[in-house]
Order: sequence, then C-alpha cells, then structure tokens
Amino acid sequence: MSEQTVESTEQSLRTDVRTWVEANWNPDASLLEWRNKLIDSGWGCSSWPEEWHGRGLSIGLSEAVDDELRKAGAVGVAKAGARMLAAATILEHGDDFHKDKFLRHLLTGEDTWCQLFSEPGSGSDLAGLTTRADFDGENWVLNGQKVWTTSAHHAQYGIVLARTNWDVPKHQGITYFLMNMEQAGVEVRPLQQMNGHASFNEIFFTDAKIAPELMLGEEGKGWKVAMTTLAHERRLVDGIRSWGRGAKGQGRIYDELKAEIANVMEPYKWYPQRAGRVDLLIERAKATGKYDDPAVRQSIAKVLMMAKAAEWTGRRVKAAQALGRPPGPEGSLGKLAGSQVARLAAQAHTLIAGHDAMLTEEDGALNGIISEVLISTPAESIAGGTDEIQRNIIAERSLGLPKEPRTDVDRPFRDVPRNTVS
Amino acid sequence: MQFTFTDEQEEFRLIVRRFMDDKSPRTEVRKLMDSEQGYDAAVWKQLSEGLGLPGIHIPEAYGGQGFGFVELCIVLEEMGRALLCAPFFSATALAATSIIHAGTEEQKLALLPGIASGQTLATLALSEANRDWLPCNTETSATPSDNNSGDNSDDNYLLNGEKSYVVDGHIADLLIVVARTPGTAGDEGLSLFTVPSDAPGLQRRLLKSLDPTRKLAHIEFKQTPATLLGELNRGGDTLPPILDLAAVALASEMVGGAQMMLESALDYAQLRMQFGRLIGSFQVIKHKCADMLLDVELAKSTAYYAASAAADGAPDLPTVASLSKAYASDTYMKSAAECLQIHGGIGFTWENDTHLYFKRAKSSEVFLGDANYHRDQVVLRWENQA
Ligand SMILES: Cc1cc2nc3c(=O)[nH]c(=O)nc-3n(C[C@H](O)[C@H](O)[C@H](O)COP(=O)(O)OP(=O)(O)OC[C@H]3O[C@@H](n4cnc5c(N)ncnc54)[C@H](O)[C@@H]3O)c2cc1C
Repeated sequence: MSEQTVESTEQSLRTDVRTWVEANWNPDASLLEWRNKLIDSGWGCSSWPEEWHGRGLSIGLSEAVDDELRKAGAVGVAKAGARMLAAATILEHGDDFHKDKFLRHLLTGEDTWCQLFSEPGSGSDLAGLTTRADFDGENWVLNGQKVWTTSAHHAQYGIVLARTNWDVPKHQGITYFLMNMEQAGVEVRPLQQMNGHASFNEIFFTDAKIAPELMLGEEGKGWKVAMTTLAHERRLVDGIRSWGRGAKGQGRIYDELKAEIANVMEPYKWYPQRAGRVDLLIERAKATGKYDDPAVRQSIAKVLMMAKAAEWTGRRVKAAQALGRPPGPEGSLGKLAGSQVARLAAQAHTLIAGHDAMLTEEDGALNGIISEVLISTPAESIAGGTDEIQRNIIAERSLGLPKEPRTDVDRPFRDVPRNTVS
Repeated sequence: MQFTFTDEQEEFRLIVRRFMDDKSPRTEVRKLMDSEQGYDAAVWKQLSEGLGLPGIHIPEAYGGQGFGFVELCIVLEEMGRALLCAPFFSATALAATSIIHAGTEEQKLALLPGIASGQTLATLALSEANRDWLPCNTETSATPSDNNSGDNSDDNYLLNGEKSYVVDGHIADLLIVVARTPGTAGDEGLSLFTVPSDAPGLQRRLLKSLDPTRKLAHIEFKQTPATLLGELNRGGDTLPPILDLAAVALASEMVGGAQMMLESALDYAQLRMQFGRLIGSFQVIKHKCADMLLDVELAKSTAYYAASAAADGAPDLPTVASLSKAYASDTYMKSAAECLQIHGGIGFTWENDTHLYFKRAKSSEVFLGDANYHRDQVVLRWENQA
C-alpha cells in the first residue's frame, strides 16, 4: 500500500468511528452494557477477526480506531493484564468452543485472567518447567508450583503450561491449558518484592482439575502455543500504560471504570518507578540545586540521550511495521535499552537526591517516589526475560551468531539435570 | 605503610567473624531492622564486655583497647559483611573519633571510657536537611548562654537548629553536634558541642531509612544547653580529619558487604540450574563473577591502604580517604546489583537477603559524600599524595 492510500483509508475509518460513537456513546450506561455494545459493533478490538468481535483491521488502523474512541471520551473494552495474552492465544489456537466461552467475558471485564508460566525452578529456561498434568480418565490433574503471577488472587481463569510427557525432549512434553482458578486445588499466596509491594503471587496446585476440553492446541504441542502468548507480552505493557487514560469524566460509566482501574492497576503502581522516572530528572535537579553541578548534568544527559534514542528506535520499528516492511534487528533492542536507561536513571537520581537517597517513604525525596525508583529499577533487567537472555537472543537470532551448544534438548526431559527446589 | 595484615590481626579478624556468624545471622538482622531500637542490647553487651570492640581504637588511658585504625577497620569490615545491626559506627567510628581528635584531655578522660565500655551510646550530628556533609554548610547556631561566666566559657552554650540523617540519633545518649557562632560563615566559627540526649529543648524523631539496618534520626534543638568540645571556633580545622577517618571507616565496612555479595553470587551460580546446567557454567556469569572479584579486591586494597594511612597519620590520608570511599561506593553498589542480577527473579524478592545488602550499599553510597564528591576530592587533594 502506498502511504497515500494508507492515509485516506485511515481518514474514512476515523469518520466511521466518530459517527458510530456519536450515535451510541452514553456515559450514564453501565460499563457492562456499553462494552457489550462496543463489542457487538466490532470497534472495541477492531484488529480481531470479523467473526470474533472485530473488523480484521491492521494494528496501525486499529490504533487509529482506539484513538478516536479516546478522543470522544468513550470507554474502551477491558484490555489490560494477562487477559490480552489469553485472548491473543485463544484467537490463534483455540476452537470455536474456547472463543465462544471466553472472549466476550474477557473483553467486558467480567473475567480476569492470569498467566501461569514461570516457576521457581524455571525462569529463563521456561521449557524446563516441572508442573505436571496427568489425565485421570476424566480430567487433567495439575500438581506443582508457579510464581510471579500477577492478579492471581482475583482471577477467574489462568493460562497455564504443564508437563504431560516426561519421556520426550523438554519442548515436546508441554501442554497448554486454560484453567479455572476458583477451585480447591489452587492456593494463591502473595509474593513480596524488595520494594515492599506484593504485585505478584505464588501459586500452588494440589490435584487441581482441568476439563479436557480446556486444552489449547494439542497435547504435547503447548510450547508452540506459548510462543504466541510470549510474542504478545510486549504489547501488554503498552496496554497497561494506556489503560488509565480516558477515565476522566462524569457519569456512571466513569465511576465504574475508575473502580475497575484502581483494582487492575494496583499491582502496577510502581511500574513507572521501575522504568527509572526519566521524566523527573531535570525537575528534581532544579529543585535540589544539583542542576548547577556539571558532573550531575553529565549523568542526566546520558540518561536523557539514551532514553530518546531508544524511543526513536521504537518509533522507527513501528513506522516500518506500518508500511509492512520486514522487521530488522533494531526491533529486538527495546527491552535491553529499557533496562540500561532504568539503571542509568537510578544512578542519576541518586546523585540528585544526595543524602535523601538514604531515606524512604514520607521522609524520602518526592514523598518516597525517588527511593522507590532506587529499589525498583533492578526488576527491569530481570522481568520479562533477563538482560543476559536478551543478549543471547539478539546475538543468535538478530545477528546470526552460532548457537550455544545445548545438552538439554537432545534427551528425554526426565534425564535433564534440574533444580531440586521444585 | 602496611600492605598485609599481621598474624595477630588475622586471628583477631577470625574472632570477630565467628562472633558475627554467631550473633548476627540474617534472621537476627531481619528481626532488628524491623524494630525501632534497631539493635539487640544483649549482643551489644557481649560485643562490648567480651570483645571490647567499642573501645578498639580508643587509647588505653581512656579505657579503650589501645589498638589502631587498622584493627577498627577489620572490625568494621566484618560488621559490614554480617550486616550487624548495632550502634557501632555511630559510637566508635564517628563519636569516639571526634572526641579523640577534638576533645580536651579532661573531656577525653570524662567521655571516652563510657563509649569504650559500650555503656554510652554516642553519635555525631553534622549534616542538616537537604545539605551535604560539608561542615561549612552548618546553620545550627551556638550562642553563649547567660550563665556562661566569661573566663570559663567551655560550658554553657545554647543550640538552635536542626540536624538530619543522624546515625542512631534516636537511641544515642550523647550527641556531638556541629554548630556555628552566630554571624560567622563557611569554615569560620564552627565548633563541636556535646549534648546529652535528654537535654531540654531537644526533640528527636526516627526517620524512615531506605536501609532499615542503619537507623537515622532527625534532631531539633531549641535553646538546648550544650557543652563546648575542645576549643571554640576550631571546627574548621578539626572536622576535616575526623571526616576523613569516618570515610575510611565507612569504606572498610562497605568492602565487607561487597565481599559478601561476591560470595553470595558465587554460591548461587554454583547451585542454580537452567537449561540443564549450572548458571555458573555460562560464560557471561563467569565474566560477571570475575569482574566482581576485580572490583572487590581493588576496593579492598584501597580500604586497607587508607586504614594503614589513618593508623600512621600519613600525610596522604585526605587523598586516600576520599579515594577509598569513592572506590567503595561504586564497588559495593555494583556488586550488590550484579549479585541481584545473578539471582534473577528471586533476587528481587523480600525473602531473599540480597536486597538487605543492596539497600545498605545504596545508603552507604551517599553517606558521608557520594563517589562524585570524593573523586573530585581525590584530584583536588592529589598533591598531598606521597
Ligand atoms: C518484577 C518481576 C516481574 C515478573 N513478572 C512476571 C510475569 O508477569 N510472568 C512471568 O511468567 N514471569 C514473571 N517474572 C519472572 C521472570 O520472567 C523471571 O524472573 C526471569 O525470566 C528470570 O528467571 P529466573 O528468575 O528463574 O532466573 P534464572 O533463569 O534462574 O537466572 C539466573 C541468572 O542466570 C542467568 N542465565 C540464565 N540462563 C542463562 C543463559 N542461558 N545464559 C546466560 N545467563 C543465563 C540469568 O540472566 C540470571 O542472571 C517476573 C520477575 C520479576 C522480577
């Protein structure tokens, strides 16, 4: 498509959305009522296929649709959290039963989902998971432990990976399930982080039951299904960022939305601090007088420059994507750049805070926001794949360097050395 | 200059380490960091009466052990390694050092034995809110009080002002306060004063510290009676060497912590498996550990050199004090961050001990001046380098 056609398609699309919203938007409706209407119209998640609540639009165009909804002050469908990972995976690998059972309730916000992948014994090596599912003739029976699960304490459903065959190489014995979290065999315990928050949970399965029809994809083919989920993880973060927008307004629906946001966003409230709060650097330097110190300015400049360079790299990737060009190596760098920005930002914030870096909460700089930066940024180089793993992926996939020799994929999983913790 | 420890010093280190292993396991650290007091009085008593640690570098004439700064630094290194929660840095490294260097003979005889025996908890109140550690930024004032009889003017002053980030200030019995004569500015007109913590007009409040194993207080003085320590208006001369010695002491404590981070990372790298092998078998983890060793050993060398210079009263002490503090700031922080990274997700949890050290490293990084400040001083003071 030429750039011109793209533009004119987008303009007429925006007009269609505006017309529909003008005719239908009602801030005094209930959130549920409105979302059902939005889902029926196909504008709620317009990149989804037409037969499943969407209009089959490209990502670029569906963003334009979302933008129009936002401009009109209209509330969107429930888009944040693991629900979107579940949705994307169900859309690609689910059958009509799955799509019919789960998609609408997930978009209305009635159902909350969680992602049950990481385990205490397997993080970087996700395929080394040891949670087991055994078929008892009627149900799959789940035993094992998961960790780092957000929102599990109020989730109705989870996407879960479990090992169903121990006698084949690790990637071939994994099965992907959709599971009911509200049952006796599932115990959820909060996991406290070093910054004091408890945004995550540890989950213990003791003979938890999964009905056979809730298997997603085939038995032993779960790894391929999981790849779809992981591919959508990055967009999840953007979804979280934009979630809170558009919650300002008067009317019943806004009140309901605010309550929903408060609930859903609770685990994420320290996420801006985790990314380093680059936005606060200059303001803080001026407030503390450190702005006059050339050494401090050098530190700040390094962060600002890298943050901008990373942002523009992201924009380059998106712009090329919108024109349908094949992805280049620059597309794999965002995560690594982000953790370096966070680390440099924490250093600069330390220099700016001076002594106040010794204090926290209400005694700390900016009422504790800065100390939260200092003790949250280490997550950035671990969560969602460590820096070391990112570098391996970049080197091997983007740069084509020889793969690390592996000794864990050529034999039955049963025979692979592994941690005893789980 | 002493480049290695004597056999006696090595033996002494072992005794201190055994004590720390026994009395300051992480379970105790976690218990004490959550308490308001912040230390265990019984352990403090054993550490004082059994080992005489609070008086380690206090001369025998004043009730101390009569060892030098090298021994003090050995103790601090072991305490930093164990993350001991006790008012040692405040009483011995800060307050006793201040009295030794600024007090009159009479005052040393009166004040030091209590600190040496562990009975007096003391600290130094220098820094003020939103200021750095430079004495010249002191605003707290000291005015002669009415009953200050002209010729015997040591005694009676009234303090007005606020101090912050005062280590163990919430439990100290004796405060050594830096204040200035009204109408003076910069390094002129600075003096040290002693104030008992129950003095009238004194209010103190425990602050929320990022590192809960090091308690900090905010202290307010309103017409608070104080006694001059040493001579009036001499703080501009006495404080810089005191702060140099404090920086050396802190650097020693920090390298002890950094060493623990290295050991903890090594342990985990040889325990944790991913992809069917120990993570320590991945080259990137090996390189990280090798780099940590490089950083930690270099930082130790600077801390040891500085301790020896402090013990000898060497002319290059100001330079190497800043050098060792800057080195330790960078190294401890980096070691803690790498140790956390090598632990992966578990390193970010409250349950794992890495964050206790990470927070100590972060807090110590800026305590007594950050690495930028001390690097600057290294260059400015370089001429004194032998
Ligand atoms: C704040 C936070 C949020 C998280 N959120 C989620 C979530 O929502 N969902 C979820 O499923 N998980 C989540 N996680 C878990 C996260 O994905 C894992 O912690 C991460 O993948 C690392 O795994 P691990 O903790 O088991 O560390 P390990 O894999 O044990 O790694 C330990 C160390 O070894 C290194 N290492 C491992 N393999 C290699 C290799 N091949 N080459 C070189 N070095 C290697 C690592 O880089 C690391 O330094 C979260 C973690 C954190 C801290």
